[in-house]
Amino acid sequence: MLVEAGHFALALALGLSLIQVVVPLWGARANDPVLMAVAPTTALAVFACIGFAFFALTMAYVTSDFSVLNVVENSHSTKPLIYKIAGVWGNHEGSMLLWVLILSLFGGIVALSRDSIPARLQANTLAVQAAITLAFLAFILTTSNPFDRVIPAPADGQDLNPLLQDLGLAIHPPLLYVGYVGFSIAFAFACAALIDGRIDAVWARIVRPWTLIAWAFLTLGIAMGSYWAYYELGWGGWWFWDPVENASLMPWLAGTALVHSTVVMEKRDSLKIWTILLAILTFSLSLLGTFLVRSGVLTSVHSFAVDPERGSFILGILVVFIGGSLALFAWRAPMLQQGGVFAPISREGALVLNNLFLATGCATVFIGTLYPLALEVMTGEKISVGEPFFNLTFVPLIIPLLLLLPLGQTLAWKRGNLLGAAQRLYAAFGLSLLVMIVIFAFTHQGPVAAPLGIGLGVFLILGSLNDIVTRSWVKGGDWSLIRRKAFGLPRSSWGAAIAHAGVGLTVIGIAATAWDVESLGTMRPGDRLAVGPYEARLETIVPRRSANYREDVATLTILSGGRELGSVETMKRLYITRGMPTTEAGILTRGLSQVYVSLGEIQPNGALGMRLYYKPLVLLIWLGAVVMAAGGGLSLTDRRLRVGAAAKARRLPVSPLPAE
Amino acid sequence: MRALIAFAIILLSFGTARAVQPDEVLKDPALEQRARAISSGLRCLVCQNQSIDDSDADLARDLRLLVRERLTAGDSDAKVRDFVVDRYGEFVLLRPTFRLRTLLLWLTPVLVLGLGGIGLAYAVRRRHRSAAALSSDEQRALDALLERDA
Repeated sequence: MLVEAGHFALALALGLSLIQVVVPLWGARANDPVLMAVAPTTALAVFACIGFAFFALTMAYVTSDFSVLNVVENSHSTKPLIYKIAGVWGNHEGSMLLWVLILSLFGGIVALSRDSIPARLQANTLAVQAAITLAFLAFILTTSNPFDRVIPAPADGQDLNPLLQDLGLAIHPPLLYVGYVGFSIAFAFACAALIDGRIDAVWARIVRPWTLIAWAFLTLGIAMGSYWAYYELGWGGWWFWDPVENASLMPWLAGTALVHSTVVMEKRDSLKIWTILLAILTFSLSLLGTFLVRSGVLTSVHSFAVDPERGSFILGILVVFIGGSLALFAWRAPMLQQGGVFAPISREGALVLNNLFLATGCATVFIGTLYPLALEVMTGEKISVGEPFFNLTFVPLIIPLLLLLPLGQTLAWKRGNLLGAAQRLYAAFGLSLLVMIVIFAFTHQGPVAAPLGIGLGVFLILGSLNDIVTRSWVKGGDWSLIRRKAFGLPRSSWGAAIAHAGVGLTVIGIAATAWDVESLGTMRPGDRLAVGPYEARLETIVPRRSANYREDVATLTILSGGRELGSVETMKRLYITRGMPTTEAGILTRGLSQVYVSLGEIQPNGALGMRLYYKPLVLLIWLGAVVMAAGGGLSLTDRRLRVGAAAKARRLPVSPLPAE
Repeated sequence: MRALIAFAIILLSFGTARAVQPDEVLKDPALEQRARAISSGLRCLVCQNQSIDDSDADLARDLRLLVRERLTAGDSDAKVRDFVVDRYGEFVLLRPTFRLRTLLLWLTPVLVLGLGGIGLAYAVRRRHRSAAALSSDEQRALDALLERDA
């Protein structure tokens, strides 16, 4: 019964979003506040309906209702509760439902923050947002209904893919989706501005928090996915340039550019047209990612042709929204007023350069991901584009961007002084160089990339610190005054400094991977194997049973110079329902470094194949991303960005809006 | 979710072994190093965008052994790669060769950066010129405003 109610709620949401598209657009055109006020009300109603549908599906999973096909295909009665809940979005239908849930959640928040958004802009924005919701609801209801029943109901389910039975599934997709879908708001605002033909610094101030939220969540989502792959896939890699990863990297790169260009627009009323285009492109890339993954076109061009229904539908959505928004852009953008002028050497100029490099990086990932598909469709020839390609093209683009970052951060707005900015960076640059030389001296037979990369990372961190210090420095070095000045700086300045320092941390983590040590060997209980500065001793190998899998557990003790540091367990599992084997790596964390142990095959002579890695500073890769997201979050709490902060002060009781 | 599906696809193609096994490693460390370098640039044909060095598929193991066999026989790195490409086609290379059909792929980064840079330079110059078109009085007033603002 609840399942049918959920299905009905979804259909109701479809109808309501249609109203949310048509009525507010009309209202904005006719300048009718009553019609415009329909937008926030319907947005909240749509959210309530989709929220209820999501609740209904979740309950079907929690209660193991095997009369629902989706539950049968992806769940099992013995599965732990947390994976029953996370399993809701561990499949195509459920994940699409999560997609629209977040879409409508964002719509609901825009609806509630009406105090800070002009009514026309809000009405148009919610109408565009509803159009996206409408398209995806239609997609779910016609091709991917999670509420389909199965008769007769089987006794038990087919279980969730074992690889997905992990805490990562509970965290990674929601984070990633908030990021992806969050950019839809920037997209909707951009389209609304184009429909209205008006755009100014107020627009940028309203849009910036949304892009920051989306960007911070996407950053966390990608980092989480990367760490998950790292510990789950068992060979210690953390980024594979896999098309699916690239699909999330592209909106991130474009979104990073957008976060920076909205700063210019807000502060200087400049780069307006570019910012609008970037907002459209960022969400378009999110849609493209959804298409790439959901249509199955990545696995093979043929699998798309075999089951074209879903793929074609999403392709249709893609064409309508990307094509439509770009057409709107081409039509309306020339009417927009150009904004403030600035000299090439200035903070604005530096941010334009940032956007150029990020856009080129994004284009490189785009072509590298789609070229093999295009070539195969056009000529039938199959090629592979993998890590070596991106190392040769993407990495050289990002390094100059990072090298110039501290310099750009030091330049003044409007008209900067390159020499002056460089002088303010002497200390930071000199110190980083020193760090680099010292590391190089101590590891002179090791890889050169590591000290160079670490030097760059340190430069980024010191450059960010330098920005805060020079801005709060007072002659004579009165500490209490400096401290007061530093804490008095806008939170967005602190946010930017912290986020950029986070980039530095990630760069250090990546550079240190050049020092990774790998040891392969066969071990019997009592045997020792050296890995980097440590040694591992195999203690036992015993079988174990759990509710839905069996496993062989190898326990190893990690030693440093004969002293025991701790023990790790690495497992070979067999999930019973699906008969699928997995390997669980054992990880011992020492500070920021890790010892990574992965169980291999049992050799013919009865010994265990063992794969050990020593990964110095590896945690910095993801920690840096968390720091970046934290910087974005801190920026959000800036007074001037707090949603509604500015408007609450001067709220005027004009339009007869209904109570929420 | 995207990543999840990738994991699923990658891992479904796993056999039971995990990447390079101890029994595959060559005695000569220099030769083994070369084998690893070559392997990391060759695609596991039954996996999704994974090198044979990372992959656990049986086919990847066969290819790893083949690479080591050729190296032990005294082939150069290039010869080993050619040998594999002759058998499996360009698809096996994770770094596509530079030729007519991959021209756009390789040149896109340079083109976007170059054209973007030229476009920017053009925009800056145009703006500069339109700024210069101000009368001297206007220019003075503007300068005064800018000074006060800064």
